[in-house]
Amino acid sequence: MTRTPDPGHLAPLLEIRDLHASVEGKEILRGVSLSVNAGEVHAVMGPNGSGKSTLAQVLAGHPAYQVTSGSVRYDGKDLLELDPEERAREGVFLAFQYPVAIRGITNSYFLRSAVNAIRKHKGEPELDPLDFLQVLEDKLKAIGWDDSFMNRAVNEGFSGGEKKRNEILQLAVLEPRLAILDETDSGLDIDALKTVAEAVNALRSPQRAFVVVTHYQRLLNYIIPDFVHVLAEGRIVKSGGKQLAFELEEKGYDWVRPEGAGVAAP
Amino acid sequence: MTAHFVGEYEGFAGNGAAGAPSWLRELRERGIARFTEVGFPSTRQEAWRFTNVQPIAETPFTLSSARWEVGRVPAGVVVAPLREAIERWPDLVRAHLARHAQPDASPFTALSTAFLADGMLVHVRARTVVAEPLHLTFRIPAGVARPMAHPRLLVVVEREAQLKLVEAYEAATPAGPSLTNAVTEVVLDDGAQLEICREQREGERSFHVATSQSRQGRDSRLVFTTVALGGALTRHDINAVLDGTGAYLILNGLSVLGGRQHVDHHTTIEHAQPHGESHEYFNGVFDGESRGVFNGRIIVRPGAQRTDSKQTNNNLLLSDSARADSQPQLEIYADDVKCTHGSTVGPLDETALFYLKSRGIGATEARGLLTYGFGADILDRVAIPGARNRLDQQIRHRLGVPDPETGAA
Repeated sequence: MTRTPDPGHLAPLLEIRDLHASVEGKEILRGVSLSVNAGEVHAVMGPNGSGKSTLAQVLAGHPAYQVTSGSVRYDGKDLLELDPEERAREGVFLAFQYPVAIRGITNSYFLRSAVNAIRKHKGEPELDPLDFLQVLEDKLKAIGWDDSFMNRAVNEGFSGGEKKRNEILQLAVLEPRLAILDETDSGLDIDALKTVAEAVNALRSPQRAFVVVTHYQRLLNYIIPDFVHVLAEGRIVKSGGKQLAFELEEKGYDWVRPEGAGVAAP
Repeated sequence: MTAHFVGEYEGFAGNGAAGAPSWLRELRERGIARFTEVGFPSTRQEAWRFTNVQPIAETPFTLSSARWEVGRVPAGVVVAPLREAIERWPDLVRAHLARHAQPDASPFTALSTAFLADGMLVHVRARTVVAEPLHLTFRIPAGVARPMAHPRLLVVVEREAQLKLVEAYEAATPAGPSLTNAVTEVVLDDGAQLEICREQREGERSFHVATSQSRQGRDSRLVFTTVALGGALTRHDINAVLDGTGAYLILNGLSVLGGRQHVDHHTTIEHAQPHGESHEYFNGVFDGESRGVFNGRIIVRPGAQRTDSKQTNNNLLLSDSARADSQPQLEIYADDVKCTHGSTVGPLDETALFYLKSRGIGATEARGLLTYGFGADILDRVAIPGARNRLDQQIRHRLGVPDPETGAA
């Protein structure tokens, strides 16, 4: 057997180049470029309306957003060519800012359907309910949670905190290679925030990358990023280490406005 | 168009029905007189605006015998054919039969009263708790072409007694045009508890018209779930009267239709006494060119203070040609009440579809799951275990959604 170099190990896991995207004809992303390697945690911060959530949704393939130019490579593939379900099966996961309630479908049935769709794609045998229960118990134990909401309908009547926890539980069970957290901290009190952050930290690994989209620095006290990027008016205007998050907390977002945006830098 | 049905009645009255007691014969006469007077309803009448019964009126149906199959009878409940019940417990039957579902309530109730013969009495004595569910299945047997039957059920649950009942209507054999015109009267005395699961899955060419009429006493509790899966045309009037302080009603409905099927649910919940509570949840799933009608009327009588009434009707349209109409009607004559209603009609939620896809679930499976969830939302409210599971399987089969336990489609 001859060994051929695997380009996936040389190139970044995620490579976004000059990405432009619009919703209902309005351009939101205006040239985003970002490289993320396996094992890294990148925080994307920015004021409201800067395009943070749009970036997250575009990466997951939300049909309401049109990519007008630019490219996204993921694991050597053209991500933008894939349907949302194909992206998920290839290991892309979006933790929703507003998780959707689904009547009549229990959390455990939903999760098993998702796990089996991914396993099938990988050519692995599907899990029966008993096998799945075992996997679920192991995952719950790993992140220190109980199974109290597994037999309730997906997100139906869940509190804000329960919905966010449920997103992280899905992340734990589906084992993505690229996890995008969209404002996972919004609406959480400090205890719930810590619980969620601890679970995310337990899921960090050299094979997995995180893109953490957040408005506030608060979350980054608990999920320590390797890189921080500031998104403003659809572009990344500043990148740095975790220290950048503290600067933003202190000075606000005004000093990192893009050039030509009409606000003078101090 | 009424002449044919009156002719059928004359044959029936002069022949098979002769042995009945005089009060019953008089009742039947009242029924046919009323039917002759009003005839079949037309779409010009508000209550029948969306449901055209012309195909029923124009079909020369022949009165058929009717078959009630009674499952294992659990201890504590009396189940008897009406003929026998009339002889053995005349006072009980006379006190209730056709008293709650009056012949003049609808032309079809009038017709049912005229042909009153094929029925069952279900009776639970005071303070008797029947643990196991009772199954009653109605079927029109093979025999005549274009059969019609008028099955009648009288369910009396006395003071503080409890019962679970499955009331099923199956396809006529052989498949062809048929008319089932069913009337069920349900009486709950003070403190009684009753759960009914009504299942209707008739053939592609069958017509099903029904009235379910309940009267609840003080602190009684009724859970009534109706599931409509079959039939070319189904019209079901559900009239619930909460006639005792603190009466509690849960009314659930689910329709899963395709092809050119039509279903019309007219529900009336009447709060006649204070402190009553009613929760109504109706979901409909409509594919092909099928059509759903929901009319939900809530009446709060003067003096029925502290009434708490909630109504929800959600309709899922799986094709561009399917249609659903939803009409809430609130008539409130008391001032200290809480009444809410809400309805939706539309296709599958795109955001929910994206959510499922973003977890790796394919488009077809995601659609199936969301659709099934729409039905399961109602079935999850059925507390009769066997009934819930059987309906779950039928709905999954209809929608092509795999079994959550075995994974089999």
